[in-house]
Amino acid sequence: MRKIAIYGKGGIGKSTTTQNTVAALAEMGKNMMVVGCDPKADSTRLLLNGLAQKTVLDTLRTEGEDLDLDDVVKIGFKGTRCVESGGPEPGVGCAGRGIITSINLLEQLGAFDPKYKLDYTFYDVLGDVVCGGFAMPIRDGKAEEIYIVCSGEMMAMYAANNICKGIRKFAEAGTVRLGGLICNSRKVDREAELIVALAEKLGTQMIHFVPRDNMVQRAEINKKTVIDYDATVAQADEYRKLAAAIEKNTMFIVPSPLEISELEALLMEFGIAD
Amino acid sequence: MTDYQLPVPGEQFRDEVVEAYSPKLGKKRKRQIIINKIGDSDSVPEIMANTRTAPGIISMRGCAYAGCKGVVLGPTRDILQITHGPIGCGFYSWLTRRNKTRPETPDAENYMQYAMSTDLQEDEIVFGGEKKLMAAIDEAVALFHPRAIGIFATCPVGLIGDDVHAVARAAEEKYPGINIFGFSCEGYKGVSQSAGHHIANNKVFTDVVGQIDKAKEGKFRLNILGEYNIGGDAFEIERIAAACGLTLHSTFSGNSIYDEFASAHTADLNVVMCHRSINYLAEMMELKYGIPWFKVNLVGAETTAKSLRKIAQFFNDPELIERTESVIDTEMKLVQKVRDEVRPRCEGKTAVLFVGGSRAHHYQDLLREIGVITIAAGYEFAHRDDYEGRKVLPTIVVDADSRNIEELTVTPDEKRYNPRITEEERAAKESTGFEFSDYRGMMPEMPDGTLVIDDCNHYELEKLIEYYHPDLVCAGIKEKYIVQKQGIPMKQLHSYDYMGPFAGFKGAINFYLEIDRLLNCNAFKFAKAPWDESPELTATYNN
Repeated sequence: MRKIAIYGKGGIGKSTTTQNTVAALAEMGKNMMVVGCDPKADSTRLLLNGLAQKTVLDTLRTEGEDLDLDDVVKIGFKGTRCVESGGPEPGVGCAGRGIITSINLLEQLGAFDPKYKLDYTFYDVLGDVVCGGFAMPIRDGKAEEIYIVCSGEMMAMYAANNICKGIRKFAEAGTVRLGGLICNSRKVDREAELIVALAEKLGTQMIHFVPRDNMVQRAEINKKTVIDYDATVAQADEYRKLAAAIEKNTMFIVPSPLEISELEALLMEFGIAD
Repeated sequence: MTDYQLPVPGEQFRDEVVEAYSPKLGKKRKRQIIINKIGDSDSVPEIMANTRTAPGIISMRGCAYAGCKGVVLGPTRDILQITHGPIGCGFYSWLTRRNKTRPETPDAENYMQYAMSTDLQEDEIVFGGEKKLMAAIDEAVALFHPRAIGIFATCPVGLIGDDVHAVARAAEEKYPGINIFGFSCEGYKGVSQSAGHHIANNKVFTDVVGQIDKAKEGKFRLNILGEYNIGGDAFEIERIAAACGLTLHSTFSGNSIYDEFASAHTADLNVVMCHRSINYLAEMMELKYGIPWFKVNLVGAETTAKSLRKIAQFFNDPELIERTESVIDTEMKLVQKVRDEVRPRCEGKTAVLFVGGSRAHHYQDLLREIGVITIAAGYEFAHRDDYEGRKVLPTIVVDADSRNIEELTVTPDEKRYNPRITEEERAAKESTGFEFSDYRGMMPEMPDGTLVIDDCNHYELEKLIEYYHPDLVCAGIKEKYIVQKQGIPMKQLHSYDYMGPFAGFKGAINFYLEIDRLLNCNAFKFAKAPWDESPELTATYNN
């Protein structure tokens, strides 16, 4: 089983990209599992067609110790096993600790048992690696491959670089590696070139450039992934290409994060070229 | 103070001990290991204190929560105290200092026999614990209907951002008539428990003192600050105060109740025992209410007598002075009898003291009375003024860690500010050598050549034992067993090891007898480690 974590700046489209890619892999016949690590619990909505799912932490509160895996795992698009960690409402408690609790509990309950013959588990993680809890999926070999969703916007690249710092820390002590940057286009000037250059500096690759397409939005409104909504559209192929690239990927590295001045220089070079 | 010649010069000890440290840490510790030298007008070398403990060192220190809940508020019996956090903090700060209390009647309120905690679980850490805290308050009110409730924050509560003050405010609205207040005394605040003392002082000052304007009857009314009734110390002090004809309004906080705290501003004098843990309250009460304060030491028979005389001198009443002298006379006869018997057996023995922010100083007086010399002493959590005297206060540099603790701005109370003595009376007293707002510190009262070590750690204590073979070590529970395993008697001065009182006159007698027993009992000499008696077992392996 390949264990993959998706990180990236808040609002960059991690959950959307993750679910669409998972749908494409499921379509290829892979056995998939998605673990949402966002207190908002919206990482599996498109795969479950909007089905409101009880989160691990909520179930833990209501059911107490007598907790069954079936209480928290829901089957979504083409058999994808979907789990949401959940967490506190904004401004209360500790969401990071919640993720730690939740992932440990899933392990104890045997969510990753070989009997499920999983080919992939995807962890969809909230925003930046702000504290130890959000780094949980990349600690102790829980996720071994990381893809960072970014765009050509300054703050998205800044966040990507920051996440690389977290990855390097855990990579030096463990097995986690960076698999590449996924560019979720915001139609910034020379965006692909910029991300390729950033990837190069980090020592990785841009694994795929996902163009901006309103079809994604339309599918989302219908609580579906693009492939589920209309398997024939061009954007569905983009996610299939991304899925195939991940499937074939062999480039796993320990990133070398940039100094802020380097990052700014990169933006100057590409951003103000014209 | 006469010189004391250490068998190995203090400089050599210091230089050799710091060799084990990294150069940076060694440099710092050198500023905290001082060879005492008293110069003109009691000047002593500068010591670095109240700074961060080096990570990795086995510290003797406690945390801010321990200072706030465990030390300052813990000994008071009718403020219901809820520790907001996982159960360990509440449980291990529950009566571990052996603070005794004596309710007025068998059914008077006494919550000290309960350890109250919100017992936070993982679930509350993730989702927030404020609701559970409110539920705990509801439960406490339903069960006990206390006068006051104190809420104490622990580390995890601070990390997840639970607001104990907001809950306290909401609870007060729900239960008007109950004074409910929170302490942001998360363990990680500040460099030691000292921060917790300051946090406790601030809140007690703003939310408790001054709530009740009813004064106690009596001619000579005073509060004792920084006396925590360990092993019954406050009982002995109460006995002596009553015998002298003093009205002890409130003790902060040994054997105390809420109403006494709340009306403490009606007393005419504050005397301070443990300078470090409570001088803030003395200072603030002087500024707001005009109550003068001075330092006393009621540990040691001679120092108790001296302190009682100073109190009588303050009130300046012939009858009080006469009665005080008569009490001292009666008590000292009893003390002297035991001292004369014990002293020849203890004379010339040596002790090292690492405790508190005043105790390492106070107990030197008691030990000196039976001829025991303190060759090294230090505080866990004191600041420079506790070592060098309050005269250095203007030169203490405020660092980021101290700035982290709120410093209240206090102004005179519009209605209740009432200077108990006029400027002229004060000046007249001072001209005769009477000191107000004073603390001379520990170092001016230690012999030249002895060692003063701030924030001493286990490694340094072991080295001290290796270099100087003291006959007695006084410290806390963390030090107790490593010292005893080396065959050296050890006395805990945090909890008195199931004994006490040690304060006042009867306390002095108890202490003399206990130290005599420890120093002259051969039990430790009989205890041999197995490897001292029989050689190490060896064997060979045959195919």
